[in-house]
Amino acid sequence: MDFFTELLNNPGITRAMWPATVETLQMVLIATAFTIVIGLPLGILLHNTGKGGLLPIRWLNVVLSGIIVNITRSIPFAILMVALIPVAKAITGESLGPVAASVSLTIGTVPFFARLVETALRDVSSGKVDAALVMGSTKMQVIRKVLVPEAMPGLIAALTTTVVTLIGYSAMAGLVGGGGLGRLAYNYGFQRYDMGIMLVTMVIILIMVQIVQIVGDIVARKIDHR
Amino acid sequence: MITISDLRKVYRQGNNDVVALDGVSLEVPTGKIHGIVGHSGAGKSTLVRCLTLLDQPTSGTVAVNGKELTNVSDDELRNARRRIGMVFQHANLFDSRTTEQNIAYPLELVGTPKKDVAKKVSELLELVGLTQFAKGYPSQLSGGQRQRVGIARALATDPDVLLCDEPTSALDPQTTNEILELVKELRNRLNITVLIITHEMHVVKQACDSVSLLEAGKIVEHGDIEAVITNPSGRLASTLLPLPGDAPQVDGAGPVVDLLYTGDQATEPVISGIARKFNTDVNVLAGSVEHLGDQQFAHLRVQFAPDADLGAIVEYLKSAGIAVTVKEAK
Repeated sequence: MDFFTELLNNPGITRAMWPATVETLQMVLIATAFTIVIGLPLGILLHNTGKGGLLPIRWLNVVLSGIIVNITRSIPFAILMVALIPVAKAITGESLGPVAASVSLTIGTVPFFARLVETALRDVSSGKVDAALVMGSTKMQVIRKVLVPEAMPGLIAALTTTVVTLIGYSAMAGLVGGGGLGRLAYNYGFQRYDMGIMLVTMVIILIMVQIVQIVGDIVARKIDHR
Repeated sequence: MITISDLRKVYRQGNNDVVALDGVSLEVPTGKIHGIVGHSGAGKSTLVRCLTLLDQPTSGTVAVNGKELTNVSDDELRNARRRIGMVFQHANLFDSRTTEQNIAYPLELVGTPKKDVAKKVSELLELVGLTQFAKGYPSQLSGGQRQRVGIARALATDPDVLLCDEPTSALDPQTTNEILELVKELRNRLNITVLIITHEMHVVKQACDSVSLLEAGKIVEHGDIEAVITNPSGRLASTLLPLPGDAPQVDGAGPVVDLLYTGDQATEPVISGIARKFNTDVNVLAGSVEHLGDQQFAHLRVQFAPDADLGAIVEYLKSAGIAVTVKEAK
């Protein structure tokens, strides 16, 4: 019982835990929103500029896939984040805090999400696309009315994986000025070696990940009519 | 009416040019069901893709009711495509849409008012007999039902031509017959031109008015069912109305003759007629007799007695309008 009483009286928990959780949620939500806004079109473009896509443009596909996505993805996130601090400052006007961290988080996860989107779209059979074209669809109509809706279960699964990854990345972002639970765990858990804070942080993150995964699975199952 | 003239498609494969279609010309009149048969690799799939302009033909033209699909702008092509309804081997329905939403798809594309869409969809559902499945998803339907939805969807734009690409190849024989009966019924009701591409002779026999044999990218035989089936030198006759594989060959016990004829031509019983007229024995070695459409077709292999006057018999049969092939010893 002592352990819990101690936890409840620990100022790191009573005072800092809630704001840190909010900061983490803030980072994850902002980054998720922008990852979708940028990553979904990028994934659609990756798929459709490729061989057998609606608009095969080899050079564009090479640039998008080979250079942007692969290079960004091959840089470890911790390094990418530090490297992107000037970019975050240029966009948000600050180099510290959850909003600034969201910039690097977004840039770090967009290529990852775009690849998953591309894979999900590739699973839509080419026969469905042919059928849509033969019925007189424009390319845009094929994308909006066929490719994306047919790939939706896969896209939801991709988003779930991406958000879980983002939660992990957000802890790392906390170390270099992003704040949030990562920061808390580092300051109290690592530097003071406060086992209680460490544990509570882990439990909170674990719960977040579980909720995202469970909700993602339910939604994916609900919209899957295959 | 669909008119295909001198359609060619050449693929570049590595350093080689592969000729997939080598000058295909064909005209199917309004209200007719035409079959295009061929083995895999004959160019059937390429032909389908070129007809719908999913692949650009290297040269040649495709026209529906005189209006060209080839050599037009993207906008015009989209409109022209709506004049061809296409039915696919695997139906290619959209799994994320209900049956009625699938059928509504082509109407949605051009912004048809909701009320009109609902009316058209319920008409089409009734036409293919699936009204009770309107709200269901494709995954809840059987293969035959999915194909019916595919047909309804293809008809949503009131096309002039229904293009069926292996429409029954994934279905069991019973369902195949049901789908073919539906296609025939739709042709009768809507006076639509139907083009069926298939490798199944059964489909041609059951549904088509005329047929083309596609081989190595060329149409090598072409004509009305009745004409091709009674042409002993053609290849379609023996595939459409084959003798059993174990039909006896020439064995020296008397001349062997293959006969091909339709019910019309055989107004008098052929076999007993020969026996009486030439006072000889006739032995039926093998045969197949089938009703296609409202016609009876027969393909028989018969053997006469060794002393029979073969020349006179053949003469007599030919004058009765029967196609005769005298078999030679191998």
